[in-house]
Amino acid sequence: MSTAGVGGAGGARVQIEGVHKSFTLDGRSTPALIDISLEVQAGELLCLLGPSGCGKSTLLNIVAGFIPPTRGRVLVDGTPITGPGPERGVVFQEYVLFPWLTVTQNVEFGPRLMGVPAARCREITARYLEMVGLSEHATKFPVQLSGGMKQRVAIARALANSPSIVLMDEPFGALDAQTREIMQEELSRIQRVEHKTIVFVTHSIREAVYLADRVVVMTSSPGRIKEVFPIKLPETRNRFAPEFTHYESEITRVVKEEVAKVHE
Amino acid sequence: MIRALALVAFLIVWAAVSYGNRSLQAMNPILLPTPGEVVAVAVSLARDGSLERHLLVSSLRIAEGFGLAAVTALALGVLVGLYTPARLAVEPVIEFVRPIPPLAFLPMFLVWFGLGETSKVAFITYTTFFPMFVGITAGLLRVDIMLLRAAASLGATRLQLLRRVVVPAALPGIVVALRLGFGLAIFVIVGAEFMGADAGLGHLIMEGRVFFNPAQIVMGALLLGILGSLVNGLLLAAERRALRWRALR
Repeated sequence: MSTAGVGGAGGARVQIEGVHKSFTLDGRSTPALIDISLEVQAGELLCLLGPSGCGKSTLLNIVAGFIPPTRGRVLVDGTPITGPGPERGVVFQEYVLFPWLTVTQNVEFGPRLMGVPAARCREITARYLEMVGLSEHATKFPVQLSGGMKQRVAIARALANSPSIVLMDEPFGALDAQTREIMQEELSRIQRVEHKTIVFVTHSIREAVYLADRVVVMTSSPGRIKEVFPIKLPETRNRFAPEFTHYESEITRVVKEEVAKVHE
Repeated sequence: MIRALALVAFLIVWAAVSYGNRSLQAMNPILLPTPGEVVAVAVSLARDGSLERHLLVSSLRIAEGFGLAAVTALALGVLVGLYTPARLAVEPVIEFVRPIPPLAFLPMFLVWFGLGETSKVAFITYTTFFPMFVGITAGLLRVDIMLLRAAASLGATRLQLLRRVVVPAALPGIVVALRLGFGLAIFVIVGAEFMGADAGLGHLIMEGRVFFNPAQIVMGALLLGILGSLVNGLLLAAERRALRWRALR
């Protein structure tokens, strides 16, 4: 791919091996994740799906290196991780842009940390701002942007650092339904160019079927892997195709069992 | 605009009350100086150059004392804000010493550092350090962990986290702490100069009391007020410039 990622195209392989996580509060330990083993292929977009509080964000935070697992480990291309790292870009639900920096400065934050020369930074930033359609807003500050625009800046910021893996924690959860669908289409278009390894946390089944190569359904708390659905649909997906709705209803059935457990 | 009008209104009220008192003789006019008398004292002191000297001496003491305290508070604040063992060691000591009214220690400073400049500067440093240290530490500790995570996942080292995230994120709190500290410096310099000083605005005020010259007392007080608001205005302007993104909301 000639147009692919700045610092080398394509993704890395992520192996999650026997990860357990429990949180201790006032001396009482509560399990959050139980025995999660999962392999994400290079260039694959994997969706983690499950009811609220099932630990899917916790799992993402462990892969990001923000919190350590209680047991087990995470490997990137065979090397165990010990903390956050630039090869694993993160897109947060609440955007988490640096409010004192402009859109451009936010996007070039990563490359500048790496000591990329200023001229090259400008190039990279311009390219990714164009990719997310924000070239016209380059000199604005985050407070001047709508939620959808902020999230596009956050995606550009993550991609501009040319990570091989992008971890996305309900990135479109705070957006209205229309903006959300547009963002999904944009992400899927970007992914056709960039071929990153993406782990995408969501509780929207439609979103998961629209984006994912594989959907991993988790159980309600404490989180375990309940079922894995490979989505065999064309790259450009039609939300109204019968195959699409078939996947949707099948996954819905499995998720509902878990949601029902929460209410028992 | 409103600020300017309020100042003018204050001057008018002062003039009306003091000149009114002079014609009505409600109280001894010497006890309530008019704006004219205060300006006259200032002019006569300016003529022989002593006003400039007093102003300079006080400003220098404030600048040195406040500057030293600000640098110490920033350095120690960063250490304590980022390194938990340091916080656990330093905090109890600070919290024990902090509630003691600084003026209670003023005589000790004179005993230790003598009547010269050192005792005044040291006293201002001591007094202004605590509120600035507490404010700066609190600002640093309040930095959103999500911002740190975002930067760490972009590859920031510990030093880069400090320089590129912690300091800018804590800047509003730091500026507030500096303004508080400076206000306090103006506050305590008077006390320091009341005791054993031969120059400075505080000394000028004390001299006004000793030689029974209320106009001189008022003039000294007004000059301190002007000095304080000038520097506060500068710090506010710096704050607005550093935080101009906030105004865009």
